[in-house]
Amino acid sequence: MSGTHAETVAYVADTQYDPEPAPSSSTGPIAWMRESLFSSWTNAGLTILCIALIAWIVPAILEWAVFQSVWNAKSLSECREIIATRFGEGAHGACWAVINERFGQLLYGFYPADLRWRPDTAALLLVVALVPILFRTMRPLVYAMAGLIAVKVVFAIAWTLMGDDGMDFLLSPTTFVALVVGGLAFVFGSEAVKSKWLYFTLAYPLIAYFLLWGGLIFEPVRSSLFGGFLLTMIIGVTGIAGSLPIGILLALGRQSRLPVLKMVCVTFIEFIRGVPLITLLFVASTLLNYFLPPGTNFDLILRVLIMVTLFASAYMAEVVRGGLAALPRGQYEAADTLGLTYWQGMRLIILPQALKISIPGIVNTFIGLFKDTTLVAVIGLLDPLGLTNPIRSDANWNGIVWELYGFIALLFFICCWSMSRYSMLLEKRLRASDRR
Amino acid sequence: MKLLTLATATAVAGMVAATGAQAQTLQQVKDRGNLICGINTGLVGFAFTDAEGNWQGFDVAVCKAVAAAIFGDASKVEYKPLTGKTRFSALSSGEVDVLSRNSTWTFSRDTDLKLEFVGVNYYDGQGFIVPKALGVTSALELDGATICIQTGTTTELNLADYFRANNMSYEPVPIETESEAKQKFLANACDAYTTDASGLAASRSSYPTPTDYVILPEIISKEPLGPAVRQGDDDWGDVVRWVLNSLIVAEEYGVTKDNVEEMASAAGDKPEVNRLLGTEGEYGAMINLPADWAVKVISSVGNYGELFDEYLGPNTPVGLERGLNALYTDGGILYAPPFR
Repeated sequence: MSGTHAETVAYVADTQYDPEPAPSSSTGPIAWMRESLFSSWTNAGLTILCIALIAWIVPAILEWAVFQSVWNAKSLSECREIIATRFGEGAHGACWAVINERFGQLLYGFYPADLRWRPDTAALLLVVALVPILFRTMRPLVYAMAGLIAVKVVFAIAWTLMGDDGMDFLLSPTTFVALVVGGLAFVFGSEAVKSKWLYFTLAYPLIAYFLLWGGLIFEPVRSSLFGGFLLTMIIGVTGIAGSLPIGILLALGRQSRLPVLKMVCVTFIEFIRGVPLITLLFVASTLLNYFLPPGTNFDLILRVLIMVTLFASAYMAEVVRGGLAALPRGQYEAADTLGLTYWQGMRLIILPQALKISIPGIVNTFIGLFKDTTLVAVIGLLDPLGLTNPIRSDANWNGIVWELYGFIALLFFICCWSMSRYSMLLEKRLRASDRR
Repeated sequence: MKLLTLATATAVAGMVAATGAQAQTLQQVKDRGNLICGINTGLVGFAFTDAEGNWQGFDVAVCKAVAAAIFGDASKVEYKPLTGKTRFSALSSGEVDVLSRNSTWTFSRDTDLKLEFVGVNYYDGQGFIVPKALGVTSALELDGATICIQTGTTTELNLADYFRANNMSYEPVPIETESEAKQKFLANACDAYTTDASGLAASRSSYPTPTDYVILPEIISKEPLGPAVRQGDDDWGDVVRWVLNSLIVAEEYGVTKDNVEEMASAAGDKPEVNRLLGTEGEYGAMINLPADWAVKVISSVGNYGELFDEYLGPNTPVGLERGLNALYTDGGILYAPPFR
């Protein structure tokens, strides 16, 4: 066959040429820059402007926060002296010494120092309780625990080298719990046995309660000693964990055909949504005292927990209702046609779809709730933001602002950002079913 | 109808129980094993947390003193940080036993709010701070000045009154918080900043160069700050009142943290000191406290002068002079009734 045209055609290619590399103008970093940074005169201008802005701001921030910062000092004036002698008069630097000194206070409030391993353990077990809900296998828990132990080892070595007692830090109860839990997750972490871990998740609130407040074998700790980021976590996690189920029930109740149930749910939702959270907190802290007989010890933190959970539930109900309303009517009818009972239909057909649609809204409510916990400072509970006040009132640290608020902002950012990233991950994972 | 009667009876019984309970605060505190004390959420010199996370300060010391008098142990206090909005309701609803939170003793608070101010632990008043470079030495030279002032406070009203009375004009720069005031004032957005004199001193101590600023001598308002209890339990009010008085009397008679144990070991030649320290008479029993209550108070917190020096005095960063808060024998107005 190949000889057929041998006489009539001057040349026939009988091998395939290797493809030429794409012209350098359309691949590589130069092309990327041309396409995404300098695609037009306007964009080029904007790019240069942004780079100039970054080059102007970032070095100044780095200089303040890192290069000219002070980590060890007893007071703000000592910080200022150190900065002045090291970097010359008029130099500006961050005085992180205040965070160094008050780190424990900002994290735990007035929780007794020798019992702080209990909140630590509770936080660690929170991760254990969350992993089976958030992920398909227990593998992430193994990584988390391994990471935690590695970090602890590094810190312990660093501190021992600096002459401090680092071994105490390494040999704390949390390390052992992390080892045990990590080991268990490594052995019994497959998808098949993962559901067993959910029993632990169910038991977690009780475990956390005993760890934090004491009782049984633990020394009791008064609620008034709670504060700092510990308080934020307690309120935030309880609010988040409580508001989703209550919110779903309220949303279903609002759609119910039973008039009384519907009316109760609508009234509740509309009332709570119509009142600012701060008002509810004042009711919890102040007004309730007048109604309760004097001497009743109705814990302030518990009151706040109830109020915050109710508040978040009302918002959650509306978010979930949005998801329920977005489902085509056919889905509800399909559930009926299959002969499923109301709860079966909800559990198997309606809610999985409705909740998937609502994920961005749900996480949005979670993040909002987490940040709203700072409002408790108004009723005298000392969350990290509330603690800045007594710390800045110490004559040693009077006048310090940026360092404290910056540190607290970082704490909140880490929490809110990871929630937002997880929701993106979840959306991506669940979208797989749409592509089927 | 029967149900209604029953409900009313229960409610009345509850209210009677409530008043009954209020009348025995001292017994309640003793049964509970600690004193619940309402304090500021943070005010330089008066209430703050130290590096170990313990509450300290001039107002906090009053809480410690009362606890020391009742239990002999100044650490038996549960502190309840209260904001300006929640402080009085917390006291009247029984959430705290005593309020020691730089609250000004005024007519309406004493009568309308049903509080009982048991005395004054700090005589404050509104003052002005200006940069030295301004060259002003008296508030009367501030005609036409721009003044940073916290909105919605009594200080705002005092300022207006003072300038009107002296036929001067000023331009207010409204601010919300102390830190905002500091920032504005340091940036020369206003010529002067006005608030309570103790607050001015505290604010000044945090400036990068405190010596470049001067607090003017004029004090334009009266702000007697003192601990308060609920009206209606006079026995409890007496306990707090005489704990406060014991601090002042101790300074007057030279009883200090260091020498109190020695002075209390045997009756000395000053009868009033003997009565204070329980070496003579049955004065503790009259207010249902142990005979050596004042010894415990002074050995755990010190006398008034020692407290002042520790938290507010010239050797602290706050750097306040005694001024009005000196004993009447030293030119101040601090005057405690006799222990007799």
